[in-house]
Parts: sequence; structure tokens; C-alpha cells
Amino acid sequence: MNEKGILKTGQIAEVWRRLRRNRAAIVGGVIVLLFVFIAIFAPWLSPYPPNEGELTKRLKPPCREHLLGTDPLGRDLLSRVIYGARISLQVQIISVSIALVVGTLLGMIGGYYGGRLDNLIMRLMDILLAFPGIFLAISIIAVLGPGLTNLMLAAGIYSIPQFARIVRGSVISLKEKEFIEAARAVGEGDIDILFRYLLPNSMAPIIVQTTLRMATVLLTASGLSFLGLGVQPPTAEWGAMLSNARAYLITAPHVATVLGLAIMLVVMGFNLFGDGLRDSLDPRLRE
Amino acid sequence: MAESLLEVRGLKKYFPIQKGWWKERLYIRAVDGVDLSISRGEVLGLVGESGCGKTTVGRLILKLIEPTEGEIIFEGKDLSKLDKKEIHSLRRSFQIIFQDPFASLNPRMTVAEIVGRPMEIHGLVDRYQRDERVAQLLESVGLQREHLYRYPHEFSGGQRQRIGIARALATKPKLIVADEPTSALDVSVQAQILNLMKELKEVFGLTYLFISHNIGVIRHLSDRVGVMYLGKVVEMGKKKGLFQSPLHPYTKALLAAVPTLDPKKKREEVILEGDVQSPINPPRGCRFHPRCRYALPRCPKEEPLFHFVEEDRSVACHLYG
Repeated sequence: MNEKGILKTGQIAEVWRRLRRNRAAIVGGVIVLLFVFIAIFAPWLSPYPPNEGELTKRLKPPCREHLLGTDPLGRDLLSRVIYGARISLQVQIISVSIALVVGTLLGMIGGYYGGRLDNLIMRLMDILLAFPGIFLAISIIAVLGPGLTNLMLAAGIYSIPQFARIVRGSVISLKEKEFIEAARAVGEGDIDILFRYLLPNSMAPIIVQTTLRMATVLLTASGLSFLGLGVQPPTAEWGAMLSNARAYLITAPHVATVLGLAIMLVVMGFNLFGDGLRDSLDPRLRE
Repeated sequence: MAESLLEVRGLKKYFPIQKGWWKERLYIRAVDGVDLSISRGEVLGLVGESGCGKTTVGRLILKLIEPTEGEIIFEGKDLSKLDKKEIHSLRRSFQIIFQDPFASLNPRMTVAEIVGRPMEIHGLVDRYQRDERVAQLLESVGLQREHLYRYPHEFSGGQRQRIGIARALATKPKLIVADEPTSALDVSVQAQILNLMKELKEVFGLTYLFISHNIGVIRHLSDRVGVMYLGKVVEMGKKKGLFQSPLHPYTKALLAAVPTLDPKKKREEVILEGDVQSPINPPRGCRFHPRCRYALPRCPKEEPLFHFVEEDRSVACHLYG
């Protein structure tokens, strides 16, 4: 019997077992998977090119030819929503990665070394946290200028404190454990203690935070694009498209509705999945 | 007497505690002037109730915490005079076995990594030899080769403690500090671990500093015994002499508290009055005097010196000179 394989997966199996019983988390997980699938296979899934339209067919309600209707420039809405998923996923992945890497590093350093360095890092994080998220992002874009790259940077920067705080807390509670002392006793250096001992044992809250942040970042990014500070037309981005559809709310309500629903569904999916993941990764965290 | 491997003189560790922001700084005198020496191949048992500083002594000797004062001389080298690099390379010579086998192993590492890391750090093996060496070590602590790639949570307490022992042995150390290595284990497993440690001592030529509050365990393993009370060693001597005729009143009380197997056997009852005094503000003079029934008028005034009463037997008490 290959006990190694069976037992190694023991913890994952346990998490999966708990996750499976959480219906909301499963719904969230399916939405997330679907979203990722659509984003990856957008060119094969979309019935029309996203940026080509016929002005004669503008603002058509859903019909057989255009399942979700068309937008103010006569472009197929379904195709644009599908391509929009790509942009959203890209923004989410890059912004959250920035926050994940920088925040985790800062949190580990602050939590592990403590003292003045910790104080400095955490006060900087407090400054970032003191601003409302969207306002902070707007300020960053005001400095850097609008556009996709700066949008991702802004959303990433404003998510850093969340990661820093969670990782710091986890490191502080872990570093007093005996296995860290054991590591010192065998002569492990600080870098190895941080990356071989503290980081792997902080993964659960990091994974949860990553999932939940995907939702927040999407909301911020589409919000900024809606305000014209993020992704610029004609790129198919949900927030920017929503902004465009706003003028036709009375005459063609389906455009705004579809886009709003898309944003809402994906945000909800990530939130439900993240919450469920937190409950099953560490049942003690449940409030 | 055999050559001493470790010599500790006047070791002190005060932990600061701050009450409020600008109030005076208080100190917990966890270890307050400890002298001891361990010869090569010897087992020195350090016994005392919880909070007496015995664990802190172990941590200080291993340089896991910095002493406030005092000398630690390992193989003739004063540890306080060595730089970081020298301490690092000395770490392979002294290792520790922890009390809680559930807290002392990294849950995210396999046994091969846990036991193999010390070898890698000190450059004793390359990646390809590592697992083979670890497997050999596992076998010598009573585990099997197939345990190599498992994680700590897959083992029982006793097995985990064996992994902890294998880790301590990985760098072929000379001195092992065993900090209550059995007190978190079931009684049936305790004996196995103690016997394993006894066996390994012979095979690997080890020297132990064995820390425990359990007198039975100390008696089973030690050659010499030191008794600690409130941050100080109050009595030290060969196991046999110390257990047969304890000198210090605290040692007497401690030994009298050990239950015997024979219920009919008459034994002197020594019941200590009062609690252990606070290590923040220890009693003046002899630290034991408020609870000592033999206390002399000079006990609260003068601190008794730790002195030899016979060869290899020393005590800190005014009753003996």
C-alpha cells in the first residue's frame, strides 16, 4: 500500500470534505471556475469579435442572433461580456499578486523582527488603510495617470495592507512555537526560518485572503473603469462598458443589467468561495 | 574526574517585565547565579518544580537566549566570546530534545526534511546522501525507512518524540539538552523513550543535560543530579548519595513527596508550607527560608554559598557550615 500518497493527501482531503458540505462555497466555487474557464477560452466561446459591430443593429434586445442583445455601437454584448472576463481576470491576478507578494513580505518581516521595523511597516500600512479603498486607488491613478497597467498597480497597492496584517499576525503567533526554537537550535538562518517554517504554516489565511481579495479588486477595478480612470474604451471591460451603457438605461436597460449582473456574480462567487474556504481550512476561524 | 565538556559559572538570566509605560522596570530572575559542570559521557539531571528556571538554564546553554550574566564554557571555549559564525558552527555540537513533540516539529515538513535539515545546514551531506542518512537515523531511533516522507501529524506522540530525537542526533552532537522529553507522553511510552535515550547515549557517546520535574525519570537516567529552587541550584551530587541522604531541606521535601510503591512503608512526611516565592522579588538571604522548617536566624540575612561538603557533593545551606 502506498501509504505515503494516501496520508500526504489527508489534510487536503479533510479540507475538501468540509468544503463539500458547504453549499454556498460550492456555488461560489462553480461560479469562479466558470468565470476562469470563460476568460481563458474567450476567443473560442464568443460568437462575434468583441470590437466589431454594425451600427444598424445597435442596442438590440436579446434575440436569437445576439443572445444578450447588442450595445450602443451594435457590438454583440455576449461576446463583449466574455472578453470582459479576460480583462477582469487579468486585473485580478496581477493586482492580487502584487499585493500578495509585497504584503506577505512586509508582514513577515514586521512580524518576525518586531520592534521599530515592525512599527514602521505597520504604521505605513495604517496610512494606506486610513483611506477608503476607492479613494486611495483614485489618488494613485491621479498620480500615475489612467490605463490598464496603472489600474492594476493601484488596485494592487491598496490591497497590500490586508496581506501584511494577516501575515504579520500569523507570523507573530507562530514564531513563539517550539518548532521555530528547534529550527534555531539546529542553526537555521532567518531567511530559512521565514520561508521554510513561517510562510508554509501561514498559507491557510493567505489563500483565503487571496480569494476574497479577488472580489474586492474586481469591484475596485470596474469601479475605476466606470469612472473613466481605468481601462479605456473600446477595450471590453465590464466597468467601462457599464459606464457607456448608463446613458441608455431607459431605452436599452438590458445592456447595463447584463454587465451589472456579470460583475455581481463574479464578486459574489469569489466571496462565497473565499468564505467557505476559510471555514474549511481552519474551522476555528469561523465566527 | 573526567574532563568536563560543559562548564557553567554564575549564569544569570533576568527577563524584563514592564509595568505601564514609564513605571520602573521589573525583572523576573528566572536564573540567578547557576554553576554546574558536566563531564564527557555523563548524564546530569536537573530537577525542580515548574518555574524554577531549569528550562531557562537549558535554553541559555544552547544559546537560544542570551544570558544576562555568566560564563558558559563548552569544550574550553567561552560561548559569550564567540561571534555569530563560530556559534553557528558550534550548534552542531549541542542539540536539544523538546518537551512537546506536537509543537516542536514543523507541520509542513516531511520527516526527511525535519531530520535532514540540520545535516544540510552544517554541510554534512549533499542532497543525495541526505535521505539515506536520515533513514539510518530513523532506524536507530526505532522508526522505519518508510516513515521518511510522512508529515508529523501522521505520527503518535511517542513516534514524534523519536523524530525529535533523530533530529537532535542528526549532526552527531556531543551534548544533548533534554528538556522534559517525556513529560508530554503517556506513561507507557515514557519508559520506551527513556530507554531509547539510554541506549543512544552508549551508541553515540552522548552527554546529556536532562531536565525534568519528575524525580523518577531523573533517577532512572542520571549519573549526577542538581536540584533547583527559584533560579538557583541548591544541591548537587552523585545520584546515589543525593537520593539516599539529601542534605538541603528543599531536596528532602522534594524527595519525600515522591510516592513509593509500598503503601505500608513508613516514610518521613515533609509538607512544605506556603507557595514558591515570586522570582520577581525573591526572598533575601536564602531563598528557601520562608518555607524552611530548619531556618536559622542567619538564613533571612545571609545568602548561603554553594560549597562542597564532601567530594562531588555540594549544597547551598547554612545548616552545613
